Amino acid sequence: MRTEVIYESRSLYRDSFRILGYTFGTGKKSVCIVGNMRGNEYQQLYICSQLVQMLKKMERDDLLTPGYEILVIPSCNPHSMNIEKRFWPIDNTDINRMFPGYAQGETTQRIAGGIFEKIQHYEYGIQFASYYMPGEFMPHVKLMKTGFEDVAMAKKFGMPYVVVRNSRPYDTTTLNYNWQIWETKAFSLYTTSTEQIDRESAGRGVRSVLSFLGAVGLVDYKGHNRYVSEVIDDKDMISVRAPQAGLFEPMVSVEQEVQEGALLARILDPADGHQLGAMYAPADGIIFFIHNRPLTYEHTAVIKMIPL
Amino acid sequence: MIKTIASVSMPVFETLKIQKNRLESGKNNHGKRISIVTGIHGDELEGQYVCYEVIRRIQEHPEYLNGIVDIYPAMNPLGIDSITRGIPAFDLDMNRVFPGNEDGSMTEYVAAKIIDDLVGSDLCIDIHASNIFLTEIPQVRINELHEQILVPYAKKLNIDLIWVHGSSTVLESTLAYSLNSRNTPTLVVEMGVGMRITKAYCHQLVEGIFSVMASMGIWTGPVSEVRKPMVANTGDAVSFLNAPTAGIFISTAKHGDMLHQGDEIGIIVDPLQGMILERMKAPVDGVLFTIREYPVVDEGSLIARILKNDSKGEVQP
Repeated sequence: MRTEVIYESRSLYRDSFRILGYTFGTGKKSVCIVGNMRGNEYQQLYICSQLVQMLKKMERDDLLTPGYEILVIPSCNPHSMNIEKRFWPIDNTDINRMFPGYAQGETTQRIAGGIFEKIQHYEYGIQFASYYMPGEFMPHVKLMKTGFEDVAMAKKFGMPYVVVRNSRPYDTTTLNYNWQIWETKAFSLYTTSTEQIDRESAGRGVRSVLSFLGAVGLVDYKGHNRYVSEVIDDKDMISVRAPQAGLFEPMVSVEQEVQEGALLARILDPADGHQLGAMYAPADGIIFFIHNRPLTYEHTAVIKMIPL
Repeated sequence: MIKTIASVSMPVFETLKIQKNRLESGKNNHGKRISIVTGIHGDELEGQYVCYEVIRRIQEHPEYLNGIVDIYPAMNPLGIDSITRGIPAFDLDMNRVFPGNEDGSMTEYVAAKIIDDLVGSDLCIDIHASNIFLTEIPQVRINELHEQILVPYAKKLNIDLIWVHGSSTVLESTLAYSLNSRNTPTLVVEMGVGMRITKAYCHQLVEGIFSVMASMGIWTGPVSEVRKPMVANTGDAVSFLNAPTAGIFISTAKHGDMLHQGDEIGIIVDPLQGMILERMKAPVDGVLFTIREYPVVDEGSLIARILKNDSKGEVQP
């Protein structure tokens, strides 16, 4: 393993902002794996750290295929994470809305540009991503429809689901979108949590990446517990919205299979706890996403289901 | 008349309301409508004084009103109340959720109701105040896709600069883009600085709003003669100056200064060592129309924008 500084800039009073990359093998730039881009993506950082540990062991055991290079960047934003802030410390901008970046531009444009310069020529790009709504996910691979997406390759992660969705205007400045435009096959991986470490789903994330690396011939990995991924279009998911605002009381958990009519969650009055509203499953399905905060706003899509 | 255009229950004993004040002439109402919008970013407050002053002047002389003036002072009330630029709790930039969706989340629902209410205005003015980091001279920014329709309105607004910029996919989710693409002409004003009110700029814009209202037949009272703005309408008309290093920026040039190449704009210092890290100098001849207000800079922080003298548009200091 080789350690490399991917990007560095001096701070006035803090230690330099430094993005570190860990490279395994030499040769063709095959896979780049990126962890936290935002300061609250602790699970994403944890998964990458576990992955680095596994790859170090595999390198020692001679299980990496010669002639290829695998790069892991566990954290693209240590400065935000160290102060528990989601976005950039000074101006609150999101590095993942600055790609492909610009070396002469503003701070986070320069960071995105510095990262992208180093990672744009890999054949495959994997990002452990997070969603702007707080909640827990069924582990899945997400692909944006750009015309360059590769669903068949996404199945090689062996995650339960591959989700495809149309890109929106704000997606055009994300790493995933720009990787695809610059001809890297890009995949966003979601495990159950973001702000808490969930060891079980993190382990699944690590095994998924190793399964992928094994499937494309980069490592010798014979993992178990792989799923035959089901492909679903994001627009075919069922959104269940909070009928009122109030205390949110979930009655189901992510990955649970439910029957049509099952009680999914209740909204309670914050004054006396009486039930203001309830959400029921509109069809048989599997809980794909569930809101995990104590309160909810009216109209919020607190649950997403995959219809069976 | 105060009207609520969107209402959403909050989880604990509160209702979020987006409100407007409609001022309408009782007689000779030919139906033309101007909408003045501000507060999409909760830390931009220059528009607050503009809204107050426009209403005050109309109420002082209601006899001159000949149409409809809708004033929306707070598109993002939660942000204004909590000194938060975006929508609190979601950490979302409200100007990236338009046109919204009535069946969507709270933010999408509110955005859709706002668009519904604004569509059909004969003119909309969306007032921003840069952010807390930069001070701007009063200016209108126009997407090149809508240049033909909007520049004639902008020239009447008594601002100092019209900046026609290139189109970008990411900007398609702004309020202005959504309205302009729905045949509702919308001007984006940037002026002053975040978290403050610059009264001189506010009065300048208020004069312009009455001037544009007069040109539309909505205001029949006397109006001031408006300034002739500089125009930046080529891709390279504007020169950007970014900090080459982190430090504390101390400005020496003033907003609106005519600069020559090599003139000092400010210095970046290191207070720990008591030394100058960089002298920031004008890279071109031109007018300083944006300057850094917030002293702490990272490498890359924007320090200044200069409208080049040799740009295609007219330059008048």
